[in-house]
Order: sequence, then structure tokens, then C-alpha cells
Amino acid sequence: MAKKSLEPLLWTLFSAGGVLAALALPVHLLLFGLLIPCGLLAPEDAHLRGLLQHPLARLYLFALCFLALFHAAHRFRFTLYDGLQIKHLNEVITTFCYGGAALGSLWAAYLLWSIP
Amino acid sequence: MSEAHVYTEYHPRWHRTRMSTWWWMKKGAYLVFILRELSSAFIAWFVVFTLLQVRALSQGGAGWNDFLAWARHPLVLLLNLVSLFFVVFHAATWFNLAPKAMVLRVRGRRVPAKWILIANLAAWAGFSLLVALIVLW
Repeated sequence: MAKKSLEPLLWTLFSAGGVLAALALPVHLLLFGLLIPCGLLAPEDAHLRGLLQHPLARLYLFALCFLALFHAAHRFRFTLYDGLQIKHLNEVITTFCYGGAALGSLWAAYLLWSIP
Repeated sequence: MSEAHVYTEYHPRWHRTRMSTWWWMKKGAYLVFILRELSSAFIAWFVVFTLLQVRALSQGGAGWNDFLAWARHPLVLLLNLVSLFFVVFHAATWFNLAPKAMVLRVRGRRVPAKWILIANLAAWAGFSLLVALIVLW
């Protein structure tokens, strides 16, 4: 029997994260990273807080953060392997990449669960 | 007396030249590839920025205003601008690959790549519009 590997699952997360990142991140970053801080658009923070009350909004944000983090972790891991030719460090790299993604996801879950 | 020759499947290790760590600087296409892969770092930054924003929003008007003031700092704005470029670059290259990755057949004939690309771009535009409407309206 073939040795069971985690790679297919990790690749699926990478793929899902990539699709969601491609669809959602440009508009999110344009709005929240540039236009709103610069004041070119100014939705009321009460309105935004109201949006956050909806459980679907929190679920969407969690899915976005979780999948985007694992997409980035998977891609960054292979960038380090192929880009810097350090595949021999793969245990360290894997722990660092997916561990970081897991920690970020835990932070996202904690925040989105606990904020009023 | 010399040993008799025994032929085996074994072959001594093939010679492989060591790849330089700087191989990606040797050609424009390699550099663009590495830049595409590095977009992953900016995606991770986006997640951090979003979570900081959600936390600031939960801290009331003052917390939100403090966050906006921080986000207005030139360095943060520059980081977000660069991130936007990389995020759009990721999206563009991702959708360009979609026709290769998604093989759809209608009535036995393969759907042309052009339509898969258009469908993905339409989904991108529609999704962006939806988010913008929800946030701004």
C-alpha cells in the first residue's frame, strides 16, 4: 500500500486558499488597506461593527484567514526549497510555515469568536 | 585472476551539477516566477492586517480611529500598496492558469480556454462588487 502522506491535504488547502485569495483579497486590500485609511471612502465604524455581528461574516473572515494562511505557508515552503535550495532543512521549514499558519488561524478563531 | 564481470541493474550515481542559490537571478522569467511565489508573504501580511483591523473595530470608535491613524502612516500605506500589487499579480497569474487546471467538457468537446478565463474573471468582478456593496452601503 502506498505510504500515506499529508501532501494531498496540504495541496488542497493551498488550492482553496489560492482561489479565495485571488477572488477576495484584491477588493479587501483596496478598500481596507488603502481607500478607507486614506479617507477616500469612509463607511461608518458602527456599520462595519454591525456587519461583524453576523455569524456568516465571522465565518467568512475565518475561512478567508485560515485558507489564505495555509495557501501562503505552502507556497512559501516551496519557495524556500526551490528558491534558496535549502530542501535539506525541510523539517524546520515545514514546522515554521505550517506552524505559523496554524498559530495565525488560532488567533483568527479566538478573535472572531470572542469579540463583542 | 580477474573477477568475472557480473552485470547488475545498479548504476553509479549520475552526476548532477549543484544548483546555485542565485539561479533565479539569471533569467527574467525565473525572477518573475520567484516574485509570484513571494506574493505568498504579502497574503500572510494581509491576514495579519485584517485581524488587527477586526480587533480595532471591536474596541469601539476610539480604537478604530487609532487603527486608521496607524494605517495612514506612509510606511504602512506603502506596504499595503505593494501588497495590493502582489495580490493582484497572484490573482492574475492564478486565473491565467485556471484554463490549464480546469478541464471542462460539454457534449464531449473541451470548453475553450477563453471561456474558462472569462468565467473566472467575471466571478472575480462579481465577488469584488458584492464585497464593495456590502461594506460601503
